[in-house]
Amino acid sequence: MKSKTAARALPFLAFAACLCAAAVFMPGLYAPDHREPSGAGSAAKPTFSVSEARAAEPDVWITIRQPFQRKLPLAVPAFLPDGGDQALEASTTGAELMRETLGFTGFFKIISPEAFIDDLGKGVTRNKVTFANWTAIGAELLITGSVEQSGDTLVVELRFFDTLRGHLLVGKRYKGRADDLRRMVRRFASEIVFVLTGTHGSFNTRISFVSTTPGNKEIFACDFDGHDPEQLTHNSDIAISPAWSSDGEYIAYTAYKQGGAHMYVQNLAKKTGTVIKYKGLNITPAWHPREFILAAALSMPGDTEIYSLTGNGKIIKRLTNNWGIDVSPSWSPDGKEIAFVSNRSGGPQIYILDVETGKARRLTYRGRYNTSPSWSPRGDKIAYAGLEAGEFNIYIIDSQGGAPVALTSDAGNNESPTWSPDGMMIAFSSTREGPSRIYVMTAIGTEQRRLLKLPGEQTEPAWSPRLSWY
Amino acid sequence: MQRRLWIGLVVLALVFGLAFTTGCAKKAVKAGPADRTADLEDQDTRYKAEQERMAAQKKAEEERRRLQRLEEERLRQQQMEQERETRQEYLEGREGFMEENIHFAFDSAVLSEKAQDILREKAAWLKAHPDDNVLIEGHADERGSNEYNLALGDRRAQAAKNFLVDLGIDPMRIDTISYGEERPIDPRSNEEAWAKNRRAHFVLK
Repeated sequence: MKSKTAARALPFLAFAACLCAAAVFMPGLYAPDHREPSGAGSAAKPTFSVSEARAAEPDVWITIRQPFQRKLPLAVPAFLPDGGDQALEASTTGAELMRETLGFTGFFKIISPEAFIDDLGKGVTRNKVTFANWTAIGAELLITGSVEQSGDTLVVELRFFDTLRGHLLVGKRYKGRADDLRRMVRRFASEIVFVLTGTHGSFNTRISFVSTTPGNKEIFACDFDGHDPEQLTHNSDIAISPAWSSDGEYIAYTAYKQGGAHMYVQNLAKKTGTVIKYKGLNITPAWHPREFILAAALSMPGDTEIYSLTGNGKIIKRLTNNWGIDVSPSWSPDGKEIAFVSNRSGGPQIYILDVETGKARRLTYRGRYNTSPSWSPRGDKIAYAGLEAGEFNIYIIDSQGGAPVALTSDAGNNESPTWSPDGMMIAFSSTREGPSRIYVMTAIGTEQRRLLKLPGEQTEPAWSPRLSWY
Repeated sequence: MQRRLWIGLVVLALVFGLAFTTGCAKKAVKAGPADRTADLEDQDTRYKAEQERMAAQKKAEEERRRLQRLEEERLRQQQMEQERETRQEYLEGREGFMEENIHFAFDSAVLSEKAQDILREKAAWLKAHPDDNVLIEGHADERGSNEYNLALGDRRAQAAKNFLVDLGIDPMRIDTISYGEERPIDPRSNEEAWAKNRRAHFVLK
């Protein structure tokens, strides 16, 4: 019994080592905000406070239904430096990062700094800014910043203005070291998106994926914008199908080790894990939207069927009972239904299962090959990959059924869609440049671009829930 | 006392004397001294003949044994050769068994006529070699989701297993695993490669 436990623990030792390495570069990566002490030890973490009151009533500028209909013109001039070299450097890199980070959302038309006629020489506060100089170049929104350096500490003040009305929409002060700049920018970007849409963005999320960088398939993860890729698993023969738990603390995936396709449930921070190894295939894990429960396909009964299991691998219930293939579950946000793939009518199609009654209805009818369903965080849509005319593309269909809409076309094979937790973006894999890579686009299919470039091929992206700010 | 000793001696002499006279009398009647020499020569000849006969017999025996050893050796060699051939045949059979995949159509786990023929051969081989167990690997081509392809590979391996079981192979001798699209034998992205990769592969354990 003891040796069995030890054997189960073994695969995670390598992972533990990896996390230790990550911790060196990213202090407090998975540590939630409130656990961090505010003393000397927290120098690496930005602290923040509201420096100016928010406008009385936050206008919802961007409607949730059609967030990309009109891009909001935004100017982000260089921050004003005060102090040493680090402040000077942060004043330009900070503004660049802000343009990049907010540009990623697809909400904004970022105005080129070359068009600017004002350098904020008079100051960055509401009464010092000449709004006419910004409306003149078409900027309806403006971010001003100042960076003050004392020793190794930077104090960054950021303000977000409505230039047409001369209103301050949100202002924050962040304190940290030079290498915390990216986090400060992301936090402020999150405030801005909250003001504009009423929900926080996905700036504190990561995207997990499969990469062949080490020579075989292993699980990786990077920030929402492709920054800071990191290898999460090591020495798997083949590791595939990563899935984040609803609290972002666990990743479940399938790996071929010990001669079979088993499921691994890994706690990212505690470096512990469980192996789920029923006879046959243990594949396609998907986490319940709130609970420590998985849906996954097991071939134990002789063919693949979908089961619900505890996060520790104990079977709760067999959910499908149909001869043939049943795989790739994806929970509805209320946890009452599961979209999945079945070939019960011939080829693979998307079905919706009622978890309580076990009844399934067919969702997709167009095309003969539809797989990889991903239920949108708002619950109204399901993204999937469909084959038409020899080409895989990402489609979106109403979860109640209807006509699917293609989000990609004429750009290689596009597969494995996954929603950002705010439902504004979709990440997917594409072979449009030859080897498979991870791409992102808005939820309506615009602004398609590559997320990151690593050696080897990248597939099966999985967008994390919002994580604790690190 | 003295008298009893004398009587004993006389009786003893008489017994000996009687025995001597009767034995000599017979010989004396049958053969003279010349006859005795011939008799001795004859004895010698007989003895020599006997010796020769025995030597010849021994030699023959040795020859027989030698031939027997040679024959045994030959048989042993023959047997070894036969065993080697059998082993060779077995190994070749094994290799052939493992080399020959069965193939499937896109998104299908249906066994074609050809696949069924190959499986019949495999069943016959498995029946002839009851100590061998088989692992059936199901594979898919790269098209489609790798998750669905894992399940499809599983169906292909199961289809092959079920066919073998129906032909009388003990299900306990057959294990299955699916690698989906993860282990192509031809990494190219064209029809020819896809057709090769949509397969069930057989590994003897």
